[in-house]
Amino acid sequence: MTLLQLTSLRKNYGSVAALDGVALSVPAGSRTAIVGPSGCGKTTLLRLVAGFDEPDGGTISFDGQVLADGTFQMPAHKRGIGIVAQDGCLFPHLTVSQNIGFGMEAGRAVKEARAAELMDMVGLDRAMLSRKPDQLSGGQQQRVALARALARKPRLMLLDEPFSALDTGLRAATRKAVTEVLTAAGITTLLVTHDQGEALAFADQVAVMRAGRFAQVGSPRDVYSRPVDATTATFLGEAIVLPATIGEGRADSPLGLLDVDDVAYRGRAAIMLRPEQISVTREGRGGVGEGAVGTIAEITFCGPTCDVRITLPDASSFRLDIPSREAFSAGDEIRIGVSGAAHVFR
Amino acid sequence: MSQESSHGVSAPRKDPIARKDLLALDLCGEHGDDGGGGLHFVHDATRVGSAMTSATDTMVSASPRHRLPTASSWTLMIAVLVAVLALMPLGFVLWATVVTGWETAIQLIFRGRVGDLLINTVLLILLTLPVCAALAVALAWATERTDIPGARFWSWMAVAPLTVPAFVHSYAWIGLWPGLNGLGAGVAVSVVAYFPFMYLPVSAAFRLLDPALEDQAASLGLAPFAVFRRVVLPQLRLALCGGALLIGLHLLAEYGLFAMIRFDTFTTAIIDQFQSTYNGVAAYMLALVLVLCCFVLLGLEAALRGRSRYARLGSGVARRAKVARLGAWKYPLLILPLVTAAFSLGIPALTLGRWLIAGGAGIWRMEEIGLALWQTLAICLVGGLTTTAAAVPIAWLSVRRPTRASRFLEGCYYLASSMPGVVVALALVTITVRAILPLYQTVATIVLAYVVMFLPRALVSLRASIAQVPVELEQAAASLGRSPGNALWSTTVRLAAPGAAAGVALSSLGIMNELTATQMLAPNGTRTLAMAFWALTSEIDYAGAAPYALLMVVFSMPLTWLLHHQSKKIAGR
Ligand SMILES: Nc1ncnc2c1ncn2[C@@H]1O[C@H](COP(=O)(O)OP(=O)(O)OP(=O)(O)O)[C@@H](O)[C@H]1O
Ligand SMILES: [Mg+2]
Repeated sequence: MTLLQLTSLRKNYGSVAALDGVALSVPAGSRTAIVGPSGCGKTTLLRLVAGFDEPDGGTISFDGQVLADGTFQMPAHKRGIGIVAQDGCLFPHLTVSQNIGFGMEAGRAVKEARAAELMDMVGLDRAMLSRKPDQLSGGQQQRVALARALARKPRLMLLDEPFSALDTGLRAATRKAVTEVLTAAGITTLLVTHDQGEALAFADQVAVMRAGRFAQVGSPRDVYSRPVDATTATFLGEAIVLPATIGEGRADSPLGLLDVDDVAYRGRAAIMLRPEQISVTREGRGGVGEGAVGTIAEITFCGPTCDVRITLPDASSFRLDIPSREAFSAGDEIRIGVSGAAHVFR
Repeated sequence: MSQESSHGVSAPRKDPIARKDLLALDLCGEHGDDGGGGLHFVHDATRVGSAMTSATDTMVSASPRHRLPTASSWTLMIAVLVAVLALMPLGFVLWATVVTGWETAIQLIFRGRVGDLLINTVLLILLTLPVCAALAVALAWATERTDIPGARFWSWMAVAPLTVPAFVHSYAWIGLWPGLNGLGAGVAVSVVAYFPFMYLPVSAAFRLLDPALEDQAASLGLAPFAVFRRVVLPQLRLALCGGALLIGLHLLAEYGLFAMIRFDTFTTAIIDQFQSTYNGVAAYMLALVLVLCCFVLLGLEAALRGRSRYARLGSGVARRAKVARLGAWKYPLLILPLVTAAFSLGIPALTLGRWLIAGGAGIWRMEEIGLALWQTLAICLVGGLTTTAAAVPIAWLSVRRPTRASRFLEGCYYLASSMPGVVVALALVTITVRAILPLYQTVATIVLAYVVMFLPRALVSLRASIAQVPVELEQAAASLGRSPGNALWSTTVRLAAPGAAAGVALSSLGIMNELTATQMLAPNGTRTLAMAFWALTSEIDYAGAAPYALLMVVFSMPLTWLLHHQSKKIAGR
């Protein structure tokens, strides 16, 4: 069942089109991530869904009810949609406990008990309940903000880069904890981030956003291995894009004859490989010649991996991280093996 | 104006400090805090806006404390000396009480007259402050957060009443309604004369509020009015407290406004006492009660303000607040600023205009007016310069060598300046008459009174601009072979000059409109604009007084503009 449905949503700031025809359908109980570079309109989209701004066109419907269209705009306080803003946005004049209880309609004792429960849920010490927000770290503030939004048991939760204030280690842990909390509560979630790894790890559905539009919407695996174009491909991770001539489910490329994921297509097109599909061995050691031969043009040692640039016989080149246990040096001849099918950009 | 020239010098540090102190300027032009707490006062202002308190702390640790021991100990000595002088009036009142002896003191304090005055004062404050607060919040909301037609214009109109000295306000009301008197009149005139003191910090606080908090509250299910009550109002609390204290202290200190409409307060009673019988002891005891009232106000404000931090927590720059679309309410809402302006500006303009026209050319007795103008400007300039000079040591210390001692000294200055002018004057009169007669009614004494009353005005401006000059410049000058004093002069003093100019301007504004202390202390033969105005109105020569009122208004205009401009700049918008 679809909980949130956006159709051709538009929002302009003066002459800047922050959103330019966004369509999305979010199934109930799912986790959707919107990922895109800075300034592509992610926050704008969340603000429209939350009801803080009015769209210039298109509709937002939630649970079968229209929240906003060209003429009607339901005010934010009637929507019952929770939001955790980019910087937590706690009320500085209230304690943590009062912050969490802010949106609850209950007696004081009930509020306090519930606040304590929520603190456990988001993994914070109950002793912090009497503190003021400025006595918490950035990550703690964010978790309090989450607890505050959870307190109202919203059916949809909007998260605007909630982990961006955290360092890498804490980030993964917090993300996992938050995912668990939201899943346990059965809350549909819309997460906004500019970190593709986060989006892929978090979501059931990923929407890749670019300049106010969705370039692609799909499952994480789908958008990662079958991106619509080269820009999307490189945004979601390292990609090797090569020209090729395609026919009969195979591509004739600088890396030799490769399987492709599109059996119907014939003709010239660009193909994409992810680095993990590629393996390199020293030429002349493996004996039997499978795959193309290339030369290491540059190599930089980076600890567990080496960053190498490989040139192919047709003088094209690409970059790749390879495990550093094999001691290559510049000028070495290598044989390049490819596993799995290459993706065709039609 | 002012700070512009030194802007680029230390961009990262500049903003928080400047905001902080300039806001403080609006809030606490001339009052303070209990002993040692002066800095808290300045700090509230910080919290009013979101200027980060931590910036000061960073600065504290960044400034090397061990350098220039001799220079700073000299500065400290001067600062201590100024503080001792500033606290003299307060000390005098306490001393006078002790000398009077318990029995007489109790007799003089617990009597019907004092009770009446106390009731008057309490009622005046209790009625005026809530009205001012409601009016200031409503106007600030209308001008900052709605699409009311001419929002910027109305914002100016809400500050403009400050150009009209309080006693000119009541002169104007008396002109329209000659029978006006009593508590009701006192409250009405006080509101129109003083509400801008609340409007300034409240509108600045509105500009600094992070609208994301209001959005957040809405997403937590609060309807717009509940958002205002539970999120916006609590964050205006510091601005309201600061403004209320400032107005409260003015109400305690004001003489002309209430004397004109025959409403008795402690200040008017002390002056009556002083002028009629020169009954020292009775006047001292009234002064003691008045001082106690000030302490009560200071204490209440400190308690209400609390210690919590109100600064914005998030990083980055807050997004701009959404403007409420009034739609059909646009025109009904216009009634609010219109009526306010009609009472606070229309009435003075009407009365002044009427008297000026009625008086014709005859009231422009150029010789007298010229002399009064010249004397006023001279005393403003001398007073302003001395006040600013007296503030330099503590301003420099509190920025460059912030210690417990410097904070305590600052607190002393604020406390001293919150004493009503009549108390300061009474103390200085008595001290000079009894101990150093040659100084009685001299320029030196009156200037000392101005220093005591207006030093914080100069201090906040100076602090702000000294804080903008990076200490590294001073060190660089020293490393280029300048002596410490010379290094200080050629860098910090030069670059802080705009702030000093603002300090001179703002203390001059206070001096020009000061009537109480000036009347009691001015050297024989002095007749400032305010004194001449007062003398003429006392003779019921309302037409003759009009040119003096007009001149005071005209000269106050640029200074009020400066005040408003600075409060806008604090918000960076
Ligand atoms: N209030 C505003 N006025 C004018 N332009 C705006 C406003 N808010 C956003 N924009 C513009 O709209 C576009 C989208 O902004 P948005 O905040 O949605 O980006 P974002 O994807 O959330 O970026 P980030 O990842 O950096 O947070 C940007 O180009 C921005 O400059
Ligand atoms: Mg954003």
